Formats: sequence, structure tokens, C-alpha cells
Amino acid sequence: MKYIDEFRDPEKAQTLLKEIAGLCDKLHGRKGRPLKIMEVCGGHTHAIFRYGIETMLPDEIELVHGPGCPVCVLPMGRVDDCVALAEIPKVIFTTFGDAVRVPGSKKSLLQAKSEGADVRMVYSPLDALNLARENPDKEIVFFALGFETTMPSTAMTVLRAEAESIKNFSLFCNHITIIPTVKAILDSPELQLDGFLGPGHVSMVIGNAPYEFIAKQYEKPIVVAGFEPLDILHALWMVLKQLHDGRCEVENQYARVVATHGNDVALDAIGKVFELREFFEWRGLGSIDHSGVRMRKSYEKYDAEKKFTIRSVKIADPKSCQCGEVLKGVIKPWECKVFGSACTPNTPLGALMVSSEGACAAYYQFGDSLKIHSRAAEIKNTEAMLAGPH
Amino acid sequence: MNVAELTPPSAPAQRQLGTVNVPKVTMAHGGGGKAMRDLIDDVFIRAFDNKTLATMEDQARLSLVDLVAQGDRLAVTTDSYVIHPLRFPGGDIGKLAICGTINDLAVGGAKPLYLSCAVVIEEGLDVQTLREIASSMARTATAAGVSIVTGDTKVVDKGACDKLFINTTGIGVIRKGIELGVNRVRPGDAILVNGLLGDHGAAILNARGDMSLSTHLESDCAALHGLIEVMLRAAPGIRFLRDATRGGIATVLNEVAEASQVGIDIHESLTPLRDEVRAFCEILGLDPLYLANEGKLVCAVPPDQAEGALAAMRNHPLGRNSALIGHATGDRPGRVVMHTVFGGHRIVDMLVGEQLPRIC
Repeated sequence: MKYIDEFRDPEKAQTLLKEIAGLCDKLHGRKGRPLKIMEVCGGHTHAIFRYGIETMLPDEIELVHGPGCPVCVLPMGRVDDCVALAEIPKVIFTTFGDAVRVPGSKKSLLQAKSEGADVRMVYSPLDALNLARENPDKEIVFFALGFETTMPSTAMTVLRAEAESIKNFSLFCNHITIIPTVKAILDSPELQLDGFLGPGHVSMVIGNAPYEFIAKQYEKPIVVAGFEPLDILHALWMVLKQLHDGRCEVENQYARVVATHGNDVALDAIGKVFELREFFEWRGLGSIDHSGVRMRKSYEKYDAEKKFTIRSVKIADPKSCQCGEVLKGVIKPWECKVFGSACTPNTPLGALMVSSEGACAAYYQFGDSLKIHSRAAEIKNTEAMLAGPH
Repeated sequence: MNVAELTPPSAPAQRQLGTVNVPKVTMAHGGGGKAMRDLIDDVFIRAFDNKTLATMEDQARLSLVDLVAQGDRLAVTTDSYVIHPLRFPGGDIGKLAICGTINDLAVGGAKPLYLSCAVVIEEGLDVQTLREIASSMARTATAAGVSIVTGDTKVVDKGACDKLFINTTGIGVIRKGIELGVNRVRPGDAILVNGLLGDHGAAILNARGDMSLSTHLESDCAALHGLIEVMLRAAPGIRFLRDATRGGIATVLNEVAEASQVGIDIHESLTPLRDEVRAFCEILGLDPLYLANEGKLVCAVPPDQAEGALAAMRNHPLGRNSALIGHATGDRPGRVVMHTVFGGHRIVDMLVGEQLPRIC
């Protein structure tokens, strides 16, 4: 298939892998520990597992799967709000598919649907607007979710609703923004990261400039990457090359899609409709300042938080979850106390087990079980040794 | 076999069949009275047209002697069909209800012979739609050499079901010597499929119209017993067959790996997919290995018979694009591993629930 197969060429992969291994050898000598590179975006996590990229990389590289899965980082209280909205008679609650399984404190949207709530999966917010046109006697609420990637399409939908004077449509806005979150991770004292793969589709909207602080203030290389497997290997090579050359820069591997200054039309729409919240709660990471957006006052008639009464109760993450440590790269998913036992994709406790883009779910479903089990045994043995004879 | 041969000699002379003169099915058609009789006559008896059914007894009476002559074991299976939309490119719920149950018999090595047909109709369904679906069932069954010998009709209130549910039970006979089983696969066995995967799942998702994608995808809905007959003759050592319906080949391969305690290694580069299905999955973030099929099977065969099986499959109209996609191994018992085109590998696990399109 054109524009797909070119980016999955195994021969080119081998060439890149050789280069990567060469750089790793040189860098490993300097660091004396594996290099930790975080892919910020859940789309990258998904691609890394789908193509088995981790199984191809030298042991000296450890990929840390970052917070860029909007479904995973959604706090339980917000899911409860979704369920409450969906259960209002006359409401048709519309959502992207992978959000329906996220557990709330009592139930998920899927469970609410089974109990009679009108929950419908849509592929675009415009489909939700269509439902509003077709069902004038119903209230259509769209569960607006995601980073800057999905923000423009929801903003445009609101603008369209206004232009057409559609009144029975609103957004439950849970859009989040990536920069403050990356900053929060960089500020974490446990941080052990050597570099970043930057989120390709977020950058398509916001451009490269917002990442400058990562290179300048925190002195970490970051390479904005595409989502095909060769993109990812290429971007990894670029990060290693920067480390090798002693450079810390923002580089763009995904230049076929990402323009340095982003997309003006998309940014305009976002700026018109949304403004920053003072803070937003993330699963696993806690409250992060200025990390979420809400609707501006001028568009509050499309704001479900204004149109309906929403309780917005804050619910703490389960104590046993170590999502935060996994997100920051302090531990690997399978090193979490509840991974695969209390927390599975079927019964997710923590955020990262929820969506296929979540690091824990990805390891559970696609991961190399032998490697995981042998590492897990290794850890247990070490613990036993440290504990000494009983 | 012709059903007419089974009909008791005392069968009454053919009676005049009733007809329905209203456009939509109402609760009256489920009331057990004349209206129901007319609906059954007009829609089902007329379409299925066989004397066993025409006797209007409460049960079909089948000759044991005929069954015994064809094999040493009876195979029985049942399946309920619920699908939205009722008609889709490549088929309809009626064709599906016949092919699906025939396939469930055939993958056990059975020759399918008889089917039952029970329908639950939501009031308000167009009688003409029902006629067309019944005639689609009849056409499919006739082409497959299978008779629909008994049935049941219920009508329920609006909202109590989605337009039309169909249940078919199938009876078939397994020839002596055929031994297939999900727990019989051994390391080294070749894993074969009979063609392009995921067409049905993609066609149905597309036909629902929610995704607003324009494609010409058609369901692969087909009865596989003819193909299976040819395969079993060419490769009598075949250890396992299963049609890869809901959950796709990923689910079937996991079932085999677990039941036979073998590992299964498959290769992305060998897995046959239509370009449209690949593109459909790329756009929606779906994995074609989990998409439903209605005319595709997974086969495990000892390595020395793999070539023969594959050649026989490719000679059959329903196996033109057959492929060897991998092997059973002694490593990682219970696990399915996909070697990606890119050169890496990953575990292919069972799905937790439904496959859902990804956000971005």
C-alpha cells in the first residue's frame, strides 16, 4: 500500500538498527546504564508494540512509555461525570470508541449503556453534531477528549454548531495539553530520562517551538517523530546522535507532516473556543497546573459543564497503583505490584491498563511474556537476596 | 440427499398455502392463529419448499438408516444470528444463518444435512424483507445441498428485538476415520488459511455507515463444507479446522495454542489481506487479525501434508488465495506470536472485549 509500505521496509530497518547499535555501544560506555528514552505519545507506544520494535532494539536502550494516552490519564471522577451525563434522560452521550471501557468509581460508559443510557460511539465530533441535527428533541453531549491532536476538530465543531444555530449540542470538555505535563515529568526528582520522542500529531497542530525549553532548560534532546515503524527508528537514531554529539536540540523527523510553526487554522480555532484551566487532574500523575482546557465564556452555551449540573467529585487513584512511577520511567510496567494480578485489561485498576495505548495494557497484550517473566523472576531473586536468609 | 425421500408415505395431499396481504408484520402474526399460519406459509413454507416441512408436524422425522450409511457420528450445532444491518454487501442475515451453521458442522469434519430455522421478528418488520431473507436462506441451503426441515416463528413487541433474529440448528454426519480437534495440534504443524482475511468484519462496520468511508468491501459469507471435503481428501492427516468468525483468526489461533499447548508463530508478510481491508484498518486503528470472517477457516496440518492441502485449497473457488501463514512450535506453549513485516515480533492475545476504533 502506497505511503505505508515504504515506511515499514525491513531492509531499511536493519540499516538503521546497525547505526543505532553502533551509537549505543559508544554511549553505553559513557553512561554505564541503559539509555532511557521516553515516547510521549500513546500513538507511538501503540506502534512500538504493534511492530515489535522493542524486540529489535539493543538491550542498551530502554523505551519509557509516557503519558500521551488521553484515555489512560483520565481521572475516575471525570468518568463518573460522563456516566452521570449519559444517564440524564433525553441525553445522547457521544464518545470516541476507546473511552467507553474506562472504569469510573462505579461503572464505565459501557456498563451505563447496558443499563439503558444512550451512549453512542462516534468517529468524529461532526458525527455528534449530525446526531444533534437529526434528533432536535434530544440533547447531544460530545465527550471531548485528547491532546492538541483532537482539539481542533472539537473546536471547529463548536464553531459549526454556532454558525448553524444548533442549540441541542454541547461538549463535555476534557481536552488536555501536553507541554505542562512533560514539564511536570521533567521536574520530577526521580527522573531518569535521557531523551524524548516528541508527539507527531500534537506537533502537527502546535509546531516544534513549544519544546524548546526541553532542550534549552532541561538539556534533553527531543525529536518529533512520525508513527510508522521506520519513523520511530529514525527518530531514535536522531536522539542517540544528539546524545553522541553532545547536542540538545528540538529536531523534526516528521517533516512531511509537521510544520515548524504548526497549523494556524487549527490554532485559531482552538484559541477561539478554549482557554487554559488553572489545573487539571490526571490519573497517575495528580493535579498539573495549566494542563487542561475549558470552553471560553463566549461559548458556554455549548459547555456541558454549564448546561448541566455536574458533581465533579475527585476520586483518588487506587493506592496499589504505581502508574505514576511507570509514567515517569522509574519502574517498568511489569514491575508494578499489581501488574497482571489485580490489574489486567479485563479489570483495570490503573490508568495504563485501560486503553491499548496504555503502556501496561500494551505489555500485557503484546509484550514478550518470556522476557517479562524472566525479568520479574530476576527482580524477585534480587529482593530475596537483599532480604537475606530467613 | 433429497428430503422428499424422507417424507412419510402417509403425508397429506398438498394444501393451499396462505398469503399475507399486509405490508408489515404485526403482533397478530405471532398469535398462533390464522394470521400466523399465513405468515409461515407465505414466507417460510413457500421459500423452503420441502415436503418434510410441508407436513406441518411439530418435529422433522429423519431416517436413521440414511444417516448411518454416511458416517459413524452425528454432529449437532446451534447458532443465533443477530446482525445490523440485515442486508449488507455480500449477503444478508439469512445467508449468514445458513452458511454459519453449515460451517460449524463442516469444520468438525461433518457433512451438513439438515437445518432448523427459528425466527424472532420485531413487529413492524416489512413482510417483503422477511420474504427476501427467507428466499436467500432457501437459495443458500439449496446450493449447499442442505434442507431446512423444521422451524419456529415468534413475533415480539417493537423494541424487544432488533428487527429479526434467526437461530439455526444444524445436523450432519461425520465420516468414519475423520478425527479433528482443537487439542490435536503438534509442534511443526503448518497453519493454513483459505484466503483474504477480515472482509466480513470490515464490510459490516462499513455498511453501518458510522465511519463514513467509501469502499466496495463485501462480506466473504460462504458455506465451506465443499472446500473442507476437498481438503480432507487431499490431506487426511489434517488435525484441526475452525471457521474464524467473531474475534478473527487471532482468537482461533489462541484457542488452538491453549488447547494443544503449543506455541503458534505466524508471519505478517504471509497473512493474506485485501488492500481495502488493510486501509480500512489503518484509518480506524483496527487490527485485521481480530476482524470477523464468515467464509474463512484456519487449518492445522502435519508438515508433510501441508503442500497437498494448500494445492487442493487453491484449486477450489473458495480457496484461491489460500496461504500458509505460520507453524505450531514447541516454544511458548499457549502463546501466539506474530513476526511483523518490519522484522520485530509481538504477542497476539485474545481481545478483552470488542475491538474499538482508537481516538487518534
